[in-house]
Amino acid sequence: MNISDSAQPSGPSPRPSAATLEFRKATKLYPGQTEPAVKQLSLTVPAGEICVLVGPSGCGKTTAMRMVNRMIDITDGDILLDGQSVRERRPAELRRDIGYAIQQIGLFPHLSVADNIATVPRLLGWDRARMRARVDELLELVSLDPHDTRDRYPTQLSGGQRQRVGVARALAVDPPLMLMDEPFGAIDPINRERLQNEFLRLQREIRKTVVFVTHDIDEAIKMGDHIAILQKGGKLAQYAPPAELLMAPANRFVEDFVGADRALKRLALQRVRDVDLWKAPLVRTGEPVAEARAKLADSEVPYPLLVDDQRRPVGWLSERALLGERVTDELRSRADPVLEMEDVLRDALSDLLAEEAQYGPVVDERGAVAGVLSIEILSHALKTDPDEVPSGADAL
Amino acid sequence: MSALLAQVEIRERTQDTCVSDNGFCPGWIVDNFDRYVDPFVQHVLLTVVAVAIGFVIAFSLALIAYRRRWLINPITQVTGVLYTIPSIAAFFLLLPLTGRGFLTAIIALVAYVLLIIFRNVLTGLDNVPEETKDAGRGMGLTDRQLLWRVEVPLALPEIMAGLRIAVTTTVGLATLAFFAGAGGLGKEIFADIVFKSNVVVAGGLAVALAALLDGAILLAQRAITPWTRAVAAR
Amino acid sequence: MDESGGGPMNDFFDAIDFIFSERESPAGGSQVGGLGEIWELMWPHLQLSGAAMAIACAFAIPVGLWLGHVGKGGFLAINASNVGRAVPSLALIAFFVAYLGTGFANLTLALVLLAIPPILTNAYTGVRQVDRETVDAARGMGMTGSQVVRRVELPLALPLIFGGIRISAVNVVATATIAPLAGVTTLGDPIINVNTYGDEGRLAAALVVALLAVVTELVLGAVQRAVTPQGLKLEAGGRWRRLAFAMPNNRREAPT
Repeated sequence: MNISDSAQPSGPSPRPSAATLEFRKATKLYPGQTEPAVKQLSLTVPAGEICVLVGPSGCGKTTAMRMVNRMIDITDGDILLDGQSVRERRPAELRRDIGYAIQQIGLFPHLSVADNIATVPRLLGWDRARMRARVDELLELVSLDPHDTRDRYPTQLSGGQRQRVGVARALAVDPPLMLMDEPFGAIDPINRERLQNEFLRLQREIRKTVVFVTHDIDEAIKMGDHIAILQKGGKLAQYAPPAELLMAPANRFVEDFVGADRALKRLALQRVRDVDLWKAPLVRTGEPVAEARAKLADSEVPYPLLVDDQRRPVGWLSERALLGERVTDELRSRADPVLEMEDVLRDALSDLLAEEAQYGPVVDERGAVAGVLSIEILSHALKTDPDEVPSGADAL
Repeated sequence: MSALLAQVEIRERTQDTCVSDNGFCPGWIVDNFDRYVDPFVQHVLLTVVAVAIGFVIAFSLALIAYRRRWLINPITQVTGVLYTIPSIAAFFLLLPLTGRGFLTAIIALVAYVLLIIFRNVLTGLDNVPEETKDAGRGMGLTDRQLLWRVEVPLALPEIMAGLRIAVTTTVGLATLAFFAGAGGLGKEIFADIVFKSNVVVAGGLAVALAALLDGAILLAQRAITPWTRAVAAR
Repeated sequence: MDESGGGPMNDFFDAIDFIFSERESPAGGSQVGGLGEIWELMWPHLQLSGAAMAIACAFAIPVGLWLGHVGKGGFLAINASNVGRAVPSLALIAFFVAYLGTGFANLTLALVLLAIPPILTNAYTGVRQVDRETVDAARGMGMTGSQVVRRVELPLALPLIFGGIRISAVNVVATATIAPLAGVTTLGDPIINVNTYGDEGRLAAALVVALLAVVTELVLGAVQRAVTPQGLKLEAGGRWRRLAFAMPNNRREAPT
């Protein structure tokens, strides 16, 4: 964990790109207060994982995060970064090893985007060429055009762009740990979802250890590999992967905080490919009606599904299509919503409801029908035993 | 009236009717322009030296008070009193201590600008957004690095505004510097206070100097704070 | 300039002595010094300053308030101070003497011109910085324009207005010191006509002028505090309002 490594002019840094983080009975008691803001917090974040600290306001989640990089001093207990106590390191030097992204972003208004991102590299004495290359690399990583953005000033950027620059800045020296305090909080909901997805995509590429603070349980479930729910007074209520949190809440507080609709939240964890689909009664135009009726009887779906030569869904057949000898292409309704194997169940449910449909054909990567998903299947999934449910990380 | 006349050096006047009629005489001005050069130079010197010294002192005080807030009030009071004392009175209050001359004038002029610059530097520093400082510290900037790389640059617009005020007022006060025996354009004004041409030229030069220095600082500000002109995103 | 033997402290004692006791003028032929003399010099000084301030306020406050209320003339109002600062008081007085002649009236006019800019700028800025929502609410309640000015904008702008009055008053008191150049005998007389009053007279006058300026500043400062509504005083940065120079914020409003 030698800082001088990152000051080397070329070549990748030999230190690990993701560190383990351990809270060991970490406590913060402000002078004059009787109750600690953070009470004996103990948890371990494995390298390369996102740990979300979540809880109601005043629960100490931001305090706990800021104790890691010593923006807030630790009263008692310890925090270990890759086994080394953060208290043993000089604060400024420690912080250069940790990426820091806050809600209001805090870009320096007087510096260009490029200079903002290059702040810590400049402190570490990187040469010009290396900084320039790194800035361009990072801007592309956060989906911003380097040419367009690097010389702009923060006031010239939109909120979403500023947020991305903030993340790029935090990643500048490839730190083994990232601290993010409601980083998407100041963004409008539409862009927030996009930024969340992009960050997850990024994380799959770079695999950093991240401590992520939020007050939004939905965001926590979406982003976290492990979630730490804190109660008021900085007490850890539960530390578990998202699925476990939903399925087996440790106490009343967690249950309430996660929400009565946690069953619905569970739907965000499963995908269409995880559940047993109904067999689809597939018919083609010109097929003998008798065959079609046989397939229909065999399936739980009440209407035949008309497909083309590549087994792609065309629409649901009306009764009149089966009146003659051969199947015609008279439809009662279109095939929508057409669902994909990778869709999460929650989105599938919402699509079905939007089309006011009971059933939706499910297609594979080639667009060929693989089965039918129905509302019934979904409600059954809600009641199913958790055993087969994959954890949040895998589901994504 | 006689007391007034006793003080006025009667300038040598030619047979020029414009002059003896006490008018605005371009001819006389052109002929006699070189008598204003030295005073002008003295004036510039007084202004620049006084503001420079005042800036150094006040800026340092502001940096100290920025970290040790309890100092703000005492410093404000002291520099406030220095600001309030009319410079002409100050010249003569200093007389027994420092005598006549450049030094006395400089001391009085420096004393005047301290408050202006102190306040503006402090206000500029205080206006730096909290989250910017938090981000800076969180990234590993030491207090000193934060100060010089973030806080002072962001305070520059306010600081420069203070400098402009300091400079223009000092030019004005320096016209009285001749009372302290330091020359300057005021000496020329005072030498023939009833002669219109003289007053207009000497006074005009002072005003022009103030405008020039003001403009120069403004240009400098534009040059070193490019981000203030960036058009905000919609 | 010879200093009397004994160093600076002696000079100051001599000056203080001058304030309190009469003595013969070094130029001979009359008595100078003493409290009576000081008062005779101070009274015109106060008259001059007071007259100039009164006229300046009568003009600048209503104009500044109105400009601020309608939101026009900002460029003028704000840069009035910048321009005013650039014109040295001596030049202004000299200009008036040269073109209009000496005398109380002409000098008062010169001082009025000197006093107007800070008051105008501060009155304008004072009104502009009143929360727009407050003004909106007042209009919504049915107040006419002038009612809004009188009942909402003026009270909230008072602290800044008094700040401007303070700045002007101190400037005027200081400048009235050189009034003798224009034929009006004020406290500056011993400074300008040192031969009549002597070195100790000159130093004494300097002391009194300094004192007068400081007292003016303190008194008006107290008045300013008194008219500041409690709510504003508790605002962060309240202490800055005490020496409230409404330095026009060149970045925001003045198109530079």
